[in-house]
Amino acid sequence: MTLTLSKKMAEFTSRLETPQNNYQQAAAERLENMDFPSTRDEYWKYTRLGKITNTAFELGTKLTKTDISSFQTCDNIITIAQGEIRDDLSSFNDLSIVVERSFPGQFGVNNVRNEEKATIFTTINDAYFREEVVITIPKNTVLSAPLQVLVLHEGDQIINMPRLRVVAEGSSEATIIMTTGCQDNYTQFSNCLIELDVAANAKLTFQNVQTGNDNHLTITTIDARQAADSRLAVNTFTLNGLLVRNNVNIAVDGQNCETHMNGMLVTKGKQHVDNHTFVDHKVSNCFSNENYKYVLDDQSTGVFNGKVIVRKDAQVINAYQNNGNILLSDQASVDSKPELEIYADDVKCSHGSTTGQLDENALFYLQTRGISKEKSEKILVGAFIGDVMETIEDEATNQYIKNHLQEVHGWDSDIEI
Amino acid sequence: MAAYTEEEFAEELKNQEYKFGFTSEIESDKIPAGLNEDIIRMISAKKQEPEWLLEYRLNAYSVWQEMTEPEWAHVKYKKPDFQAISYFSAPKKQYESWDDVDPEMKATMDKLGISMDEQKKLTGVAVDFVMDSVSVATSFKEKLGELGIIFCSFSEAVQDHPELVKKYLGTVVPTQDNFYAALNSAVFTDGSFCYIPKGVRCPMELSTYFRINEAGTGQFERTLVVADQGSCVSYLEGCTAPQRDENQLHAAVVELIALDDAEIKYSTVQNWFPGDKDGKGGVFNFVTKRGICHTNSKISWTQVETGSAVTWKYPSCVLKGDNSIGEFYSVAVTNNFQQADTGTKMIHLGKNTKSTIISKGISAGESQNSYRGLVQIGSRADNARNFTQCDSLLMTDKCGAHTFPYIECKNNSAKLEHEATTSKIGEDQIFYCQQRGLSEEKAIGLIVNGYCKEVLNKLPMEFAVEAQKLLAISLENSVG
Repeated sequence: MTLTLSKKMAEFTSRLETPQNNYQQAAAERLENMDFPSTRDEYWKYTRLGKITNTAFELGTKLTKTDISSFQTCDNIITIAQGEIRDDLSSFNDLSIVVERSFPGQFGVNNVRNEEKATIFTTINDAYFREEVVITIPKNTVLSAPLQVLVLHEGDQIINMPRLRVVAEGSSEATIIMTTGCQDNYTQFSNCLIELDVAANAKLTFQNVQTGNDNHLTITTIDARQAADSRLAVNTFTLNGLLVRNNVNIAVDGQNCETHMNGMLVTKGKQHVDNHTFVDHKVSNCFSNENYKYVLDDQSTGVFNGKVIVRKDAQVINAYQNNGNILLSDQASVDSKPELEIYADDVKCSHGSTTGQLDENALFYLQTRGISKEKSEKILVGAFIGDVMETIEDEATNQYIKNHLQEVHGWDSDIEI
Repeated sequence: MAAYTEEEFAEELKNQEYKFGFTSEIESDKIPAGLNEDIIRMISAKKQEPEWLLEYRLNAYSVWQEMTEPEWAHVKYKKPDFQAISYFSAPKKQYESWDDVDPEMKATMDKLGISMDEQKKLTGVAVDFVMDSVSVATSFKEKLGELGIIFCSFSEAVQDHPELVKKYLGTVVPTQDNFYAALNSAVFTDGSFCYIPKGVRCPMELSTYFRINEAGTGQFERTLVVADQGSCVSYLEGCTAPQRDENQLHAAVVELIALDDAEIKYSTVQNWFPGDKDGKGGVFNFVTKRGICHTNSKISWTQVETGSAVTWKYPSCVLKGDNSIGEFYSVAVTNNFQQADTGTKMIHLGKNTKSTIISKGISAGESQNSYRGLVQIGSRADNARNFTQCDSLLMTDKCGAHTFPYIECKNNSAKLEHEATTSKIGEDQIFYCQQRGLSEEKAIGLIVNGYCKEVLNKLPMEFAVEAQKLLAISLENSVG
């Protein structure tokens, strides 16, 4: 059993480029002792990876379709296509930010990565990524407009390893909107690694808008670290993709921090979407809030696993988790696992999880007001995901998501009655 | 009155001694330590078991050998050496009637507060007393017999009602279920057996009292409760162990079978020796409890967990029949260096099945208290309903309270709610009570009492009293 899996790993990596330097070489060597996880592994209990491990992926080649207008929602945009930055498709002159390419190992040791939550996929990214895009928001800089990072994929059976590092220096403020897009409808696997380094008193909002195609596979890992007095929001909107797994790991290292995580997904067909979040409260006087809303249709499956750890002596922590699930079809299913691990006593931590279908009474009421059943359902779903939608302040991006809901799922959230 | 602070309350909790730590000087018949096929044959022979049961044991032993000890629970302990345990220990004398019972044994029961004489007269609870490996005495047998109720030790049941035991043994907790269930299936020595015939409401509470007395022994009892169609029974279980420096192993299996329209209420007050203030000694409590509900039936688990150094216990309900109901009410108190990983599983398979989970954890000292629960809705379980509430109360800044719920839903007509909170006693709550004229001491007592009330209310009267005493919260000092 172990043998075949290891063989799988060897096969998987044999089609990738050879590691470029010592840093990547070391990561590749670590991989030799690792296997793809099975559902016996608690962290992957509800997500089968066969679609990824059984496909012969090749690294992506240069993008041929360079029209990005259908994905662009912000004036300032950085395009990462097939895992590499495209200068010709990027423009961010309005913003006083520094964008650099960093090559494997150049950054050396960094304190943002969460080694405890390292998976085989972060290690694969370490060993085979081509370049890292580093966005620095300089000290005391408040970005006047959001910055869009467009991650594009193209081609059949392609694996890309986008890697992004955002450094929000002291007292800076920024909103970054990462949009995933596919230029065709082939199977692409995006093994994405994102590091968010939030310095003291900085405010960073990271919107992860996942609008890949119907065959898109992604494993996205976001490792973040917050210094004192900072505010970080990581919001995830999943509107497409066959297999989506998001790992958000936030280490709260400084006092008086605020951490927000919101998520929304609407699925159909045989989609499988899995969100794992992890908030590590290491110090006192912090607040974290989490709200994930799932709307599942057809035979799709959803997984939510939120974990909050309050370390010893991290007192006066308020942590909230909420997960709401609506199953629209009798074949959809959901697995929810909100976890609390508390080692300090002066805390207020709670979580709630609900699963059900649309409220019959509410549906009936709307119908008595002369609204069709179909429309009533849409109104209720729109209201259900409304609080998460509101976390996108950027009008164009909000509209982009709504258009997507309309196109892919027929969910019109701005219904005129 | 001097101010009674939360610190003092915590201190009081810390210093509380284990009341049941005595050992009884009763001559016992103990077999050598170790586990192999010969030992299993020896146990089986001692109990004059039929061939099929020996085969059942040997099969379980070979299954167990293939298994590894589970490590997923949120507890840390030194794994028991299974070859260092003696798997059979019995008080030497066998008793014909209650009057023959060794005075020392009677004294033991008295100390435990379960004097059978007294109970016979006053409380009307039928008790089966299990000391170390064998059942010592069962009261009220004849009276129950008139109604056709079988309530006896497991070994007697094997001799007298082999067809019933054979029919139901291992049907709810199969041998290969988990490491400790397999071990229990191989070496279980005694336990209680209960059968309620069709349409009979058991007129009194049935109770089993377990006690580990001998050093170097483990206790592996097996309880099987079968409620036939339309019957109803309330079953109580209590346990204690002497204070010893070593860790003793308790790996029991409890199987409940509620046939159509039957109802079983199973209450436990678990007070195994929790180890001393420094975390030395104590019982490892690795228990598998599960019930199966057929159509329109109901199983209700109520537990008050105060003892054991390490607890690993998930009383579960398999809601197989349509309209069946599962309930789980639990108060788990951990103190000093105790560790508990406890919760429940509600497996909804039938239509219109309902389950309720109320779990209250209290952590004090440097203990770790975890709730781990599974709510699973099968694809055919239409209109399933679950409500889960698990609250944790933290008494000191060194303890931990953790919540690991698993909610798996494969049917869209299900309505599932889960909520959990973790906090300490709010200063505002204490302030409010004080403002109404209560002392701080009374306020804390009131709040803790109120916090557990939902669960304590579910216990049968006799047990509720014991449980309240046991809650280790010294409520007698804090409630005036």
